[in-house]
Amino acid sequence: MTTLFTSDHEWLRIDGDVATIGITDYAQSQLGDVVFVELPKVGRSLKKAEAAAVVESVKAASDVCAPISGEVTEVNDAITAEPALVNSDAAGKAWFFKLKIADRNELGGLMDEAAYNKHTA
Amino acid sequence: MLALDDQSSSLSPLKRTPLYALHLGRGGKMVAFAGYDMPVQYGAGVLREHLHTRAAAGLFDVSHMGQIALRPKSGKVEDAALALERLVPQDILGVAPGRQRYAQFTNEAGGILDDLMVANFGSHLFLVVNAACKAEDEAHLRTNLQDACAIEPLQNRALIALQGPKAESVLAKLCPDAPAMRFMDAGPRHVDGIDCFVSRSGYTGEDGFEISVPAQQAEALANALLENSEVLPIGLGARDSLRLEAGLCLYGHDIDTTTTPVEGALEWSIQKSRRQGGARAGGFAGADKILSQLANGAPRHRVGLRPEGRAPVREGAPLFADSASSEQVGAVTSGGFGPSINAPVAMGYLPRLHGALDTLVFAELRGQRLPLRVSPMPFVPNSYKR
Repeated sequence: MTTLFTSDHEWLRIDGDVATIGITDYAQSQLGDVVFVELPKVGRSLKKAEAAAVVESVKAASDVCAPISGEVTEVNDAITAEPALVNSDAAGKAWFFKLKIADRNELGGLMDEAAYNKHTA
Repeated sequence: MLALDDQSSSLSPLKRTPLYALHLGRGGKMVAFAGYDMPVQYGAGVLREHLHTRAAAGLFDVSHMGQIALRPKSGKVEDAALALERLVPQDILGVAPGRQRYAQFTNEAGGILDDLMVANFGSHLFLVVNAACKAEDEAHLRTNLQDACAIEPLQNRALIALQGPKAESVLAKLCPDAPAMRFMDAGPRHVDGIDCFVSRSGYTGEDGFEISVPAQQAEALANALLENSEVLPIGLGARDSLRLEAGLCLYGHDIDTTTTPVEGALEWSIQKSRRQGGARAGGFAGADKILSQLANGAPRHRVGLRPEGRAPVREGAPLFADSASSEQVGAVTSGGFGPSINAPVAMGYLPRLHGALDTLVFAELRGQRLPLRVSPMPFVPNSYKR
């Protein structure tokens, strides 16, 4: 399994033809206390960069966009029930949704962990 | 894409309050607000800062706000009060020495130029105005009151708010006179040996105080207050969620030049003496419209809104009478998550027909219609020491 990152603070864990997507620990620390999460519907077909989910802190709402194109195969209801999980375990239990990868070429533009760490340093 | 705050985008250099170094030293996350570099939160985060203020005490730097002395040229404070009554619909003559009152500067159309606090300090009036409006407010005062008053912006003072159920006991240690003050008392007091102006008021719905202190002593005083373990520094993020739960207006959002005090649900702030049949009825900018709305009602009002779901409905969301109609009836002017009630809260404007308590209206958000119920404000009961 490989983990890749976007420049706007999302991570993708690639397992075969499925990508699990979440926001990074850096992103949650910048957002502050998460109080609401809205996830896409299973079966929805997302294009790269399309708004897919919403994460809201006390202060503001932010879109989580699809980092690559694909169909939503699963969403994490645990974070809609307990939004604070996004703050406590952004890189783990607080994944947002899974996508069936439509075009593996889109993975080429993403960063590995070392490059992402440099990006946020 | 996840849009995070970009703090490098301000165009002109930001001003700093006398507590700037304190904010940095205590881990404040700084953002641009009304031309100032201000802490939006500290390490505890907005949620904890909010809840701490309601449970114990929070210290807020509000030094960006304008502090103005209005000194009567005649030497009689009543003359300054009568002069100021030309610009606000409030009874200022009736503000006793040592007391303070909430007011609004109005324009000829009855709209609100700014909202402010007016205190009677015996020899003169002391005004606190919004940061974003203070230059315009000063010019407005100079244009209209120069005949009766000297207008003196007090630029070398900081303003510190101490809010929450423990504010009284915390301040009492440095200011033994504080507990005897009641809500909206205001005047000079010694705090930790420093000559300050203290009022028992605030912007959170909690009991608390606002302390005007000379700039060079501000940091020492703030640190003295923060030494008490009941007190945490609180940023602008929690200041906003606290005032929203308290049902208090944010100028430029919930009230502005297009809303009258009556539309803004601020009728309570207009005393009988300035209304039709009162001793000094009218005589302020926009009086015709405002007095007529007081007597006959306004076409729309600011109301409290409780989303039925968990999604916060924020400023700008259009409001509809039902889940399908295409005709917008109003809009949300402030909205977010209320940490103390653990639910989203909002306020906005609705026409009389749709604004009655318990009416269900619908906000459009991300292509969906979400139900909100018109609800009484404040959302969290206030605890002023009257």
